[in-house]
Amino acid sequence: MIPLQPPRRLIDVEVDGEAVRVPEGSTVLDACRTAGKDIPTLCYGDTLTPKNACRVCVVEVEGSRTLAPACSRKAEAGMVVGTDTARARHSRKVVLELLASSTDLSTTPMAKEWMADYGADPARFGEEAATVAQPPKVDNDLYVRDYGKCILCYKCVDACGEQWQNSFAISVAGRGFDATISTEFDVALTDSACVYCGNCVEVCPTGALSFKTEFDMRAEGTWDESEQTTTTTICSYCGVGCNLTLHVQDNKIVKVTSPHDNPVTHGNLCIKGRFGYGYV
Amino acid sequence: MDLHFGDAEPTAEERAAVDALLGPPVTAWEGGDRTEADLRSAARAEQARDRLLPALHAVNDRVGWISEGALAYICRRLTIPPAEAYGVASFYSLFSMEPRPARVLHVCTDLACLAKGVRDAGEGVASPCLGLCERAPAALALEAGLPPKATVYGGSPAADATPYTVERPEPPVADAVPQAGGQGLVLLRRVGVVDPASLDDYRANGGYQALRRAFELGPAGVIREVTEAGLVGRGGAAFPTGRKWDATARQPDQPHYLVCNADESEPGTFKDRVIMEGDPYALVEAMTIAAYATGCRKGYLYIRGEYPRATAALETAIRTARARGMLGADILGHGFAFDIELRKGAGAYICGEETAIFNSIEGYRGEPRTKPPFPVEKGLFGKPTVVNNVETLVNVLPILLTGGSDTKLFCVSGSVGRPGVYELPLGTPLRELLDLARPAGRLKAVLLGGAAGSFVTDLDVPLSFEGTRAAGATLGSGVVMVLDEEVDLPAFLVRIAAFFRDESCGQCVPCRVGTVRQEEALHRLGRRRSDEDLVLLREVGQTMRDASICGLGQTAWNAVESAIDRLGAFK
Repeated sequence: MIPLQPPRRLIDVEVDGEAVRVPEGSTVLDACRTAGKDIPTLCYGDTLTPKNACRVCVVEVEGSRTLAPACSRKAEAGMVVGTDTARARHSRKVVLELLASSTDLSTTPMAKEWMADYGADPARFGEEAATVAQPPKVDNDLYVRDYGKCILCYKCVDACGEQWQNSFAISVAGRGFDATISTEFDVALTDSACVYCGNCVEVCPTGALSFKTEFDMRAEGTWDESEQTTTTTICSYCGVGCNLTLHVQDNKIVKVTSPHDNPVTHGNLCIKGRFGYGYV
Repeated sequence: MDLHFGDAEPTAEERAAVDALLGPPVTAWEGGDRTEADLRSAARAEQARDRLLPALHAVNDRVGWISEGALAYICRRLTIPPAEAYGVASFYSLFSMEPRPARVLHVCTDLACLAKGVRDAGEGVASPCLGLCERAPAALALEAGLPPKATVYGGSPAADATPYTVERPEPPVADAVPQAGGQGLVLLRRVGVVDPASLDDYRANGGYQALRRAFELGPAGVIREVTEAGLVGRGGAAFPTGRKWDATARQPDQPHYLVCNADESEPGTFKDRVIMEGDPYALVEAMTIAAYATGCRKGYLYIRGEYPRATAALETAIRTARARGMLGADILGHGFAFDIELRKGAGAYICGEETAIFNSIEGYRGEPRTKPPFPVEKGLFGKPTVVNNVETLVNVLPILLTGGSDTKLFCVSGSVGRPGVYELPLGTPLRELLDLARPAGRLKAVLLGGAAGSFVTDLDVPLSFEGTRAAGATLGSGVVMVLDEEVDLPAFLVRIAAFFRDESCGQCVPCRVGTVRQEEALHRLGRRRSDEDLVLLREVGQTMRDASICGLGQTAWNAVESAIDRLGAFK
C-alpha cells in the first residue's frame, strides 16, 4: 500500500555522469539509488529523519566546498553528483577506519564488505588507539545495551523521543569522544522512563542494542541467522493491527520485528507485540 | 506530556536557586505543594525548553553542581524529559554532575598560556583558552554561592606558591589596548576613555548618534549603507554582512531574531571581551540598529560563561538602556520595539558555531545543525535569524556615522613585549603590527587565526581577508600569536589537537574520532619521527576537512598541516 501524495515535479540530476529524474524533495541518496548506485549508510534510517552523523554516505557535489551527506542533502535541479570520486572514496575509507578502530563493528551488517571494498585498515591507528570498549549493560530481561558497539548514530534517541515513541528515556550525554547514549545520570533502564517497546532495538544499525534472547544466544554461540525463518503475522493483543515478523530458530521465537514499510507501525511496536510472545 | 521524573528531591537550596529564576511553582505538576486544584488541571504540555540553560546555571552557580534532585526539579518546572536535560547539562564543561567544592579554579593551559610556560593546571582544572591572553598565564576562579563569585588571575608567575588564593582587583580594561586613547582608533576609541557603566558618558562620546541616523535612513537604507561599505563578518568566515541582513529582512516568516555571537572561544581571541568590557553600550546600540534593519523585536546576546567582567558590564548596560528608553517598547520615541536577552554559555567552544548557538539558546545540546537550511531562512526557533559576531556589529556604528572604518581588531599574544588588542587598517603588513607589539626573542612563526588558523613565517603578508587567503592562511578571528625559537612546537601542536578533541561536540564521526586520532598521532610523533604517522595525519585531516558537519572539524587540522608544511615540524 502506498499512501497517496500530491503530485511532485520531477527534477533532473546527474549522478556519475548519468542523468536521472527524481521527484522534487528527494534526497541525493534517493537520486543515487534511482541511478542504481549503492552507497553505504549507517545512521540513515528509512523510518527516521536523517541525522547525517556517521558520514559514510558522503558524495561529491559539484560546486560544494565540502562533501555532502547523500542521506540528507536534498537533490536540486542540475546538481552534479559524484558517488565514486577519489575524494568521496577517501573520506568513506577513513570514516570506516575511524569507526572500526574505536567501535566493535562485528555485528554491523555489511561492515566487513565495505571495509574490504574501500581498503579500510583500522589497525593502522595502532594498538594504543582509544576505543569505546565497555562491558554490556544488562539491567533488564528484555534487551541489552552493548555500547562498545555504539557508533552514536542517534537513531535510538530519535525513535525513543519525539520521532516515534515520545518516552524520552535516553539521550546523548557528554561530549566528543566521551559522548554516550544514556539515561539521566546513567540510571538503570528499570529506573528510567523506558517502556520497553524495543523500537530503539529495531533501528539500531550495529547490534549495540539487541534483544536479550539474541544477546544470550550469541554468547552461547547458538545464534544462527541462516537457520532462522521469518513469518509476518498480525499482533493479537489489540485492534490496531500491527504487523509482527516472527524470527524463529529451532521452532522457538527468538525475536520479533515489524516491517518498516507497514503503514500502521512503520516498524514500531509496543512491549506486548515486541516481547509478549511467551504464550505461543 | 507524560514524563517520568524519578524520586529524587531537590534540597531547599537547589529549589530556591531554581525558584529565584522561574518564580515559585504554581501547581503540584510543576513540583509545588499538592492541592485540590491540581486534580482539575492537567500538567502543562509545552516544554519551556529555552529556560533550561539559565536554570542549569542557576543551580550550578549557587550550589556548585547539579544533583539528580535538582535536575528532576528543573525538569518538572520546565516540562523537560530528565534524560534530555541530563544530555544538555553534561554537554557543558562548566557544569558538574557530581559533587565538587564550591570554588573551582580553571587554569588556562591553552596556546597563549602554554607559550608563556604553563605546563599543567597545578591545583586547578585545566581549561581551554580563557580569553585573557594579554595577561597570560591566566586563571579564573568560579565560586558557587549567593551571589556566585568570579576572580580573574592574570600574569601571575605559575611558580608562585599561593598565586590563586589571594583575591586581587582586575587591571583596567585599557591595559589590554596598548593603543588606548591614541589617534586613529575607530572601534576601540572609547575603550579606556569612557566609563563603561555610564550611558551619559557613552552619549557624550558620540553614542546613540548612529541609531538616530539609522532611524533617518530607514531599515532598507541601513542595509544599503552596510552593503555599500563592504562590511564582512569578523567572526572568522568573512561573509558579507549586508547580504546576510538583506536576506533576513526579506523573509516573510515572522518573527525574526537577532543573535549576537559573543561566545568568543577561539584560542588566542579576546577582542570581543575588550569591547564588551570597555564599551558595552556600543554593542547594545549596534544590536538595536541591526534589529531595526532586519525587523527583529528580540535579540539574544550569547556570551561565553568565562567572561565575568564583560557579563557584568553588559548586564548594567542593558538594564540602563532599558530604563532610559534605549531598549524596550518605544526606542527613542520612534515606535520601534526591541529588547535584548543576555544568555550565558557554560563552557563549550562549539556553541560559537552559528547554528550550535541556536540549539544552545533553545535548550538543546550545542550541536551544529546541517546547512542548508541557512540561519537567514530557518535559524533560532526555526525562524529567520541574523547572527553576527560582536566586532561585526560594532563596525556598523562608524559605517552609519562616517561611512566605515575599514579597520580590524587583532589579538596579539605570545612572545611579545606589548600584547593586547590592536586596531589597524585591513591590509597592514604583519610586520607593522609586530613592530607595535615588539616581539621578544627570535621569532619562529606567527599563528594567524587561532587553533583553527595556520602558521605563517612571511612577515610581509598583508593582514586582510584576501591577503591572508592568498598566502594560504586565514585572518580568522584576528588572532596573531607570536612564537619564538624557544617554543616546544610538538607540545604546542599536541595542545591544539587536544583542544579540538575536547571541544568536538561528538556528533559526526570524522571530527569525534578524527580529532582523537590526530592527537594520538602527534603524541607518537613527539616521541619519534614516522612517515606512516605523517601520512595518517594527512589522511585523517583531509577527511575531517571534507566530511565534518561544521567548521570545527573542517578546520581542526589546519594548524597542524601548516606546521608540518611550513615550519618543518617532525622533519
